[in-house]
Amino acid sequence: MAATERHVRRRADSLPSDDARPAPVLARPSAAGAIIDFDRVVKRYESGDVGLDGVTFAVHPGEFVFVVGASGSGKSTLMRLLIKEHEVTSGTISVAGRTLGEIPRKRVPHYRRNIGMVFQDFKLLPNRTVHDNVAYALQVTGGGRREIRDKVPDILRLTGLSLKLHSLPDQLSGGEQQRVSVARAFVNHPPLLLADEPTGNLDPETSIGIMQLLYRINRTGTTVVVATHDHAMVDRMRRRVIELRDGKVTRDEVAGGYGGAETTREMDALLRGEAFPGPRARRLRHEDDEGE
Amino acid sequence: MKPGFFVREALRSLSRNAVPSFAAVATILVTVLVLGVFIPVVQATTGAANEVRGRVIADVYLKSRATEADVERVRAIIEDQTPHVGRVVFVSKEQAYREERRRNPEAYDLLGSNPLPDTFRVSPDKPQNIAAMRNALAPLAPAGGRVPVDPAIEEVRNREEDTNKILSATRVVKLTMAGLAVLLVIASILLVANTIRLSLYARRREVEVMKLVGATDWFIRWPFVLEGVIVGAMGGLLAIGFLLVAKIALVDPLAEQFALIAAPETMNFAGLVAVLLLASVAVSAVGSGLSLRRFLRV
Repeated sequence: MAATERHVRRRADSLPSDDARPAPVLARPSAAGAIIDFDRVVKRYESGDVGLDGVTFAVHPGEFVFVVGASGSGKSTLMRLLIKEHEVTSGTISVAGRTLGEIPRKRVPHYRRNIGMVFQDFKLLPNRTVHDNVAYALQVTGGGRREIRDKVPDILRLTGLSLKLHSLPDQLSGGEQQRVSVARAFVNHPPLLLADEPTGNLDPETSIGIMQLLYRINRTGTTVVVATHDHAMVDRMRRRVIELRDGKVTRDEVAGGYGGAETTREMDALLRGEAFPGPRARRLRHEDDEGE
Repeated sequence: MKPGFFVREALRSLSRNAVPSFAAVATILVTVLVLGVFIPVVQATTGAANEVRGRVIADVYLKSRATEADVERVRAIIEDQTPHVGRVVFVSKEQAYREERRRNPEAYDLLGSNPLPDTFRVSPDKPQNIAAMRNALAPLAPAGGRVPVDPAIEEVRNREEDTNKILSATRVVKLTMAGLAVLLVIASILLVANTIRLSLYARRREVEVMKLVGATDWFIRWPFVLEGVIVGAMGGLLAIGFLLVAKIALVDPLAEQFALIAAPETMNFAGLVAVLLLASVAVSAVGSGLSLRRFLRV
C-alpha cells in the first residue's frame, strides 16, 4: 500500500496541471511494474466512431482508479479493450506485462480469468442460483467441488449474501444482484478487477454498499478500475480519477486529500458524506501503513 | 475434461428449457418417423421395380410346323448371333400347353387341340436394350412390318406396351420418391437447425456471460453438444418406438399377403434403427455445436 502511495505521489507531481493538454504528448510515465499500461491507444469502430483517441496512462498494482466521462466518452471502450472484447486500432495495451495484441484468440478465456469484471447490468446467469453463479467462475477454471465448497461460502459471506445462497437472480434486488456479480468477479482473487458502471442501475444508498465492497476488495491488494459517471461517489472517495472526453484523457489526477489506505470504516464515512476524517484518522491510516 | 460436469450441465439446461427442448425432441421425432417410413418404402418400390424390370422378355414364336432342327438353329441364332441377349428359356408346345391349361383348364378343355407354338423366352441383358434385341431378331423391313432373321420364326413379340408401361411407371415412382426424399431431408435439416438456433438464441446472453467469465469455447460448447445428443437420442428412440409399433401392428400382417412389402432388398429393422438413431444424434449434436459458433464470438 505504501509503495502505491509513493507511486501515486510521483505521478501526481509529474503531471502538468493544465487540464487541456493533448494526451499524445503526455510524458510517458514509467510503466515498469504497471498492471495496466495504455500506450497511445486508438480505437476506431467500423462505423467510423472513435472510441479512444490516443490514450496513454498506467495503473500500478493496488491502485483504485475511477474512469469518468460522459456517455460516449470512451469509458466502456476502454473496459472492453481491457478484457479483449475488442482489438485496438493502434497503440498497445499491456496488462501485467503482457501485450494484449499478442494474446491469441484461444488464450483469451485464460487471460480473462485473471480479471474480475463487474457490469452495469450484472450479467448473471438467470437460471442459476446465487451460489451456482459464483461457482461457475470457479468451474470455468477447472475448479473442483472441494474448491467450490471452500471458496464460494467465503466470498458470499464477504459480500453479505450468505442468506441468499439459493435464490435466483430475479428474486434479488438490484444491489444484491450486483453483489453477486462482484462476488463472482472476485472469487478467483484476480489481481485486477474492472467495474463498468457498477452503480449505474442502483440507488445511492445501494451504490454506497457496492463501493464499500469494491474498496474492501481493493484493500486486499487487488487493483480496481471503476468506470462511472457518478460524480458524487468519485468526489467522496477521493481516489485517482482519469477523465475521458471524446476518447481523449482530459484529466488524470488525484483528488484533494487523496489517501491510500483509509480503513473501511473511514471509507464508509467518506462515502456517506459524513465528517471528513480528521488528523486522527490520518494518523490511524499511517499506522495502518506501517502495520502492513 | 470433466464429463460429469458437462452431463450435469446439459441435463440441467434441458430441464430448465423444457419447452424448447420438447420442441427439438418433437422435431427430431417427426423427422425420424418420416425417414423411418420413407427408407423402407423407397427400398420396397425400387426392389419391386427391379423385379418387374427383370421380367422384361421378348417372346420368339416359332412356326407351328417347325422341326427340332429348326428349334436348334434358332436357339443358336439367339444365343450366339444376337446382341444384348441375357437369359434364354425354351418353352415347347407341350410345356406351354400344360402351363396354360393349369391356369385356365376349362378353356383348354374346350379347345381340344394345342394351338400354342414353340417359344423362346428371351430376356435382354438390360431392360432398356429390349428394343435393340428385338430389332436384331426381326429387323424392320423397308416395306413395313418385320422380317424375322430365320424363316422358322413366326413372330418376335416383346410385349412392348407392357414393358414400356412398367418401365415408365417405375421411373416415375423412383423419381417421385427421390424428389420427395430430398425435399424431406432438406426440410428436416432446416427444421432441426432452426429449432436449435432458436433455443440457442434464447440463451445467447448466457453464452456471452460465460465467455466474459473466462470460459473456453469448448467449455461452453460441450454441454450444448451433449444436450443435442440427448435430444436426438430421445427423439430418435421415441420415433423408433412408434415405428416398431406400426411394424408389428400394420406391416407384419400385411407382409404375409403382399410380396412388395417383404421385398428381400428391404433393410432389416435393426439396421434401420441403428441408422436412424445415429443420424438423429449426429444431426442434433453437430447442429447445436455449429449453431453455437455465431454466439461464441464475443
